[in-house]
This record gives sequence, C-alpha cells and structure tokens, in this order.
Amino acid sequence: MSTATAALVCTDVHKSFGKLEVLKGIDLSVDEHEVICLIGASGSGKSTLLRCINLLEPINRGSIRVAGEEITAPGVNVNQVRRGIGIVFQAFNLFPHMSVMGNVTLAPRKVMGLSRSQAEAEAVELLDRFGLADKRDEYPDRLSGGQQQRVAIVRALATHPQLMLLDEVTSALDPELVAEVLNVIRELAEGGMTMLIATHEMGFARDIARRVCFLDEGVLLEQGPPEQIFSSPREERTQQFLQRIIEAGRM
Amino acid sequence: MLNIKIFLVAEVLILILALVLAVLRQLPGPVFFPIRLLAIGYTDLFRGIPTILLVYLFGFGIPTLQLAHVTNNPVYLGAAALVVVYTAYVSEVYRAGIESVHPSQEAAARSLGLTRGQTMRTVILPQAVRRVIPPLLNDFIGLQKDTALISVLGPVEAQQRATLGASSEFNYTPYVVAAFFFVLITVPQARLTDLLIERDRKRQMAGGRV
Repeated sequence: MSTATAALVCTDVHKSFGKLEVLKGIDLSVDEHEVICLIGASGSGKSTLLRCINLLEPINRGSIRVAGEEITAPGVNVNQVRRGIGIVFQAFNLFPHMSVMGNVTLAPRKVMGLSRSQAEAEAVELLDRFGLADKRDEYPDRLSGGQQQRVAIVRALATHPQLMLLDEVTSALDPELVAEVLNVIRELAEGGMTMLIATHEMGFARDIARRVCFLDEGVLLEQGPPEQIFSSPREERTQQFLQRIIEAGRM
Repeated sequence: MLNIKIFLVAEVLILILALVLAVLRQLPGPVFFPIRLLAIGYTDLFRGIPTILLVYLFGFGIPTLQLAHVTNNPVYLGAAALVVVYTAYVSEVYRAGIESVHPSQEAAARSLGLTRGQTMRTVILPQAVRRVIPPLLNDFIGLQKDTALISVLGPVEAQQRATLGASSEFNYTPYVVAAFFFVLITVPQARLTDLLIERDRKRQMAGGRV
C-alpha cells in the first residue's frame, strides 16, 4: 500500500468545531479500486471525515491527498478538487426545483462546460444504467426515497469522479428501499470505483468492504478485513460497539 | 394612469436592486465585511425613514441643489424615493428567502464543484424567490398604494384627482372611486400569484396538499 498509488491518503487529520474536537488525528490510506467501510457510533466522526475529504469542512491540522495531490494545501482550487470527488448524503439533498435531468446535468453543464445536449446524452446513459431512465422528467419530491438516493448517486457520478464518498446513504430509507440503493453501490464497487462508505449496515459492510475501519470518538481505533473486525475485534470499544449492534438486531 | 406607469417602472427596479442588496449582504468572509456593513446600513437607514418624508426630501430637496444632469421632474424624483425605500424592504424579504434554503442544498451544490456564485444563482436563489413570492406581492401592493404619496409633489394622479373633485364639489365619492380603482388593480395580481404558486407546487409535489 504505497502512497504513490493511493487514491486517498489522510495524514493526522484534526477537526474541531469550537471546543469540540471531532477528529483527533486520523491516518487513513485508500488504494485505487478499494472499498472501505467506516463504522462507528453516531458522533464518532464518520460524516465529518467525509465532509473534510470533500473540503466542505476545513481541517485544523494534518493533510489530505487525493491521487497524490495535497488538496488541503493553501491555494488549491477547491471546485476543481470537488469535481473529482463525488459525495452522496444521508438526506439525498437533491435540488427540489429541478427535474431529475436538471439535477444530474447541473454540474456537467456549469462546472465541466458541456452543452445541454451532451450533458443530457451522458445523463440518459447513467440514468438508464441505474434503472431511472423513465424518471428523467420527474421532480425529486415525486420519487420514493430509494429512487431519490439513486438519483443522488447518479448526480455525483456525472462529473466522473475517481473517488466516491457515501455518507450513511441508506439511513433515511424505509427498510424495503435499502436494497435497491445497496445494489447500486455494489455495482459501482464491481465496476472498480474507489469508495469510502460510512454506514450502519453491518451486513453490507461485511459483504462489500475490502477493509472496515472502526471510528470511536474521533480516533480510527481499529481497521482490518471485515472477517477479522466482525468476528474477532481486538479493541474493547469495537467489541462493545458490535455487541450493541447485535443486540439491536442490525447484524 | 400615472400610478400604474410609476409602479411598473419602480417595481422592476426594486426587484433587481433589492436582490443585489440581499446577495451583497450574504457575501461571506472578512474581505466583504465593508460591503456587508454598507448593505446593512442601507437597509437600516431607508427602512427607518417614513416614506412620505423621503418623498418630500427627494421631490423638493433635490431640485434646490440645482444639480446638473439631474431631473427636476417631481414624478421621477418621487418614484426614485419609492424605489430607495422599497428596495430596503424587499431586500429583507429576499434575505429571509435565502436563509430559508437549508445549508445542505449549498453543500450539495458545492460538492459537485459549483462555485459560490453558481450555487447562489442556480440552487439557492431559485428556491428562495419561489418561497417569498407571497410576501413580495405584499410589498408591491404597498408600493402601488404609496404611489399616491407622489401627489404631494404636485403631479396629478388618482389620489390628487380625487382630492380635486372632492374639494370643488364637497362630494367625497371620488375618494371612494379612487379607492375602488386601487383594489381593482391589486386583487387580480393576488389571484394571479396564487395561481402561479399553485402550479409550481403541483409540478414539484407528489399528490395533493396534506
């Protein structure tokens, strides 16, 4: 796992909101085509880490490198960096005043400078691939949660990112809608997309991740292959967390 | 129909100027602090002054300055006073709309690589403006009625005409007629706005209203 080929390298990343220290020195390296799941209790820093990587939150200390380039260095063009990193949010965050087509083509047209017809042709292809071709003219509020989240994934893919960040993308969905979104993610993983996934779906994490990282109070406490983390976690905090998950019937 | 002309021109100017003012007030970071301060100062000042006072100041004050290239036409000056006052009010309406759009919308747009300006134009403002259409209409009805204030400067508009009629014949029916005309103009606008909002809602929302 040398840094030269790594898609993402976080080094000693610190982030505080006022007095509250949310990330206390995160070191994490993600290889190209690798799928990593971040697990941990709410408030452990999973979402904040993803938001920092997308530069939605400035970090206080440390550095983040994407494809070898330090994106947290001063003077970096943040808009350029964000084009290469797709992020999908728990609450979808689709633009309610735009149709599905409008949502998906916004960035290609405004950021990448594609013409409307070019952008729409690409969007149709993506929507088709994820079974949303017939929804192109619908508005987000008329879609189910699962469909909205799939549109959000397509929107993030439209700028051809090399890295996808998924922030608890199934947490706001009804149980019967979770599968359709997880299938999309699975397909992306099979296609070789590098992904960093914050999730509470332990079964899914075990299934899809090459590596699982357990975050606890802003510290990356333990990481390893899913078999090891889920069956024989070394740290006591990890054991406690997984025990609670099992008790809650989410495993 | 002097009122309507004044109103139409003033309304367009106010819509644009107030939007600019509201956006200036939202500019982030210490660099734009002076601009934010100016925008806040403008709003505080011109919302605080009674409209009729500013109409007097513009209509009678500016001509006494004898400025070159500045009109002495009381209609223009009165209308300018209304634009100045209503820009302050309307910018606050816009600001409320802008702030009502959830920050996650901005995060989503920025995460796609859109600049701050692109995000404002394509994501924040379209949603903000839709939400404030009813209060905007409120202010514009106020504006239409306040065009009557320009009568103090001399030009003949509806209110003035009514006063002339009333004082010459001791008959106050002209006031009633003038009032009737004002209502006659505003009600169709209100219904049209309702219609537009309803159409927009139907397009975006699933099913009916809850």
